[in-house]
Amino acid sequence: MITTPSSTFKDWAEEQLYFLGGIVYLIRDCLREGFHRPFYWGLLADQIYLVGVRSMPLVLITAGSTGMVMALQYGLGLEKFGGKPYVPRLVASTILREMGPVFTSLMLAARVGAGIASEIGSMMVTQQIDAIRALGTSPIKRIVIPRILACLIVLPILAAFANLVGNIGGMLIGAYELNIDFQFYYQRVIETSNIMDYLAGFGKTFFFALFIAVPSCFYGLQVKNGTQEVGIATRKAVVASSLLILVGDFFLSKVFWIIEKWL
Amino acid sequence: MAVIEVRNFKKNFGTKTIHEDVSFYVRKGECLGLVGGSGTGKSVLLRSLIGLEKSDGGSIQINDQEIVGFSEIQWLQIRKKVGYAFQGGALFDSMTVFENLAYPLLEHTELNKQQIKDKITQQLNDFGLNDTESLFPGELSGGMQKRVGLARAMMLEPEIILYDEPTAGLDPYNTKKIQDLILRLKAKGVTSILVTHDMPTAFAVCDKFAFLKDKRIIEQGTLAQLKDSPQSMINQFIEGIII
Repeated sequence: MITTPSSTFKDWAEEQLYFLGGIVYLIRDCLREGFHRPFYWGLLADQIYLVGVRSMPLVLITAGSTGMVMALQYGLGLEKFGGKPYVPRLVASTILREMGPVFTSLMLAARVGAGIASEIGSMMVTQQIDAIRALGTSPIKRIVIPRILACLIVLPILAAFANLVGNIGGMLIGAYELNIDFQFYYQRVIETSNIMDYLAGFGKTFFFALFIAVPSCFYGLQVKNGTQEVGIATRKAVVASSLLILVGDFFLSKVFWIIEKWL
Repeated sequence: MAVIEVRNFKKNFGTKTIHEDVSFYVRKGECLGLVGGSGTGKSVLLRSLIGLEKSDGGSIQINDQEIVGFSEIQWLQIRKKVGYAFQGGALFDSMTVFENLAYPLLEHTELNKQQIKDKITQQLNDFGLNDTESLFPGELSGGMQKRVGLARAMMLEPEIILYDEPTAGLDPYNTKKIQDLILRLKAKGVTSILVTHDMPTAFAVCDKFAFLKDKRIIEQGTLAQLKDSPQSMINQFIEGIII
C-alpha cells in the first residue's frame, strides 16, 4: 500500500480519536465502579508506596538540580543589571508555579507511567487481566483505580517536596556562587512568595496525575498480541503523558491566572 | 435440562467473521468436547461464554438466563458460578501459589484465614501439588502451572467449568492427571466444556462432541455418532489425520 501524506494524517487522526474515546470510556468505567464495594485499600497502599516513596529520590534530585541551575542562570543574567536581589523571588515563583509540579510530573510520567503501561500490558499478554475478570472481579477496580488514586494522592505531596528542595538548591547556589546571604535569600522568598504561587502549582498536580495514570492504564489495557506491543504501549504512554503535561500546563497556567485575577 | 445453551451465536473481529450461526447445548453434568482445526475459534467461543469476548449476535443462556448483552458488572455474578481454566494457567505472577488459590475465596466468601488455609491445603493435595504453596508461578513447571490454574478455577466449586486446552504441551503423566481431575469433577455433577486438540483426552472425558469448521458447528453428537458422520474430514480429525 502506498503511504501518502493524507493517508498518514488520516491514520494519525483516527488514532488520536481512538485514544480520546478510550480515555473517556476508561474514566466512565472508573466512575461507574469506583464508588461500589469492595474497595481495595491494600492495593492502594501498595501503589502509594511504589509511586510515591520509590519515586522520591528521583524527584528530589531533579528538583534540587533544577533549583540550582535556575538560581545560577538568573544570577548570572541579572548580575549585569544589578538584579541579583530578585533571584530569590524569581527562583521561588518559577519553582512553585511551574518547575516543581511540571518536572515532578514529567519524572513520574517517565518512571511510573512507563511502569504502569508495561505492567498492565504484560498482564494482558499473560492473560492475567482475563483471569481477574474470569474470577468474578474487576480489573478496573483492582488495577486501574488504585493506580489513578495513588497518582492523585502522591503527586501533590511529591511536588511539595520538590518545591522545598528546589528552593533549597537555589538558596545554596545563591549563597555559594552569587554571594547572596542565606538569611536575605530566605526572607526574600518568604516576603515575595504568596499562597497563590503555591496553590497555582499545587492545583495543577491533580490534573497532571490524571494525565499520567489514565493514558498509561489505557495503553496498557490495549495490549493484545505479544511482548512487542508492551514496548509500543509503554512508549505511547510516556509520550502521551509528557505531551499532556506540557501542553496542559499552558492552559492550566492560563486558567489559574484567570482565577487569581478573579479572586 | 440444558445448563448451557448457545443459539445462532455470531462473533466478528472487525470485518472478519469468526462464528456465524453456532448452536449447541450442554446438559447438567455433561462434558462437551469442542473440537476442530486450529484457528476455527474454539477458544473465542469458550471466552464468549463468560463474557471475555463480546457476542455480535445470537443467544447464550446459562441456567436459562440470557447473558448476551450483559454489562461487565452483571458478568461478575455469572463468573462466580463458572470456572475457567486458561490454557497457560494465567496465574498472577506477583502472587504465590497459596495467594493465587486464596484469591477467589477472599473475594467471594466470608471464610476466615484458617478455613481458607485448610481449603487450599486440601485442594493442593487433591491436585498433587503439595509443598508448592509458597512458590511463585515462575518457579513451577508448565504442567504444575496448569494444575494450579485448574485448582484456582475450582476453588469456588463452580457448577460449570470451561477448559481451554488443559493438556496442551503436557507429558503423558501430567495429561493423565488432568484427565483424572476432569473425570472426578464430572462425577460430582459439574457441567463442562473442553476445548482441545488432544483427542485421547477428549475421548476419555467427553460425553459428546461439537465439531467447529467454517465458522459454524458442522456436526455434533456422541463419539459413535461422529464416527458415523458422512463428512470424511471429521473421521480423519478423530483418527488424527491432518486435514
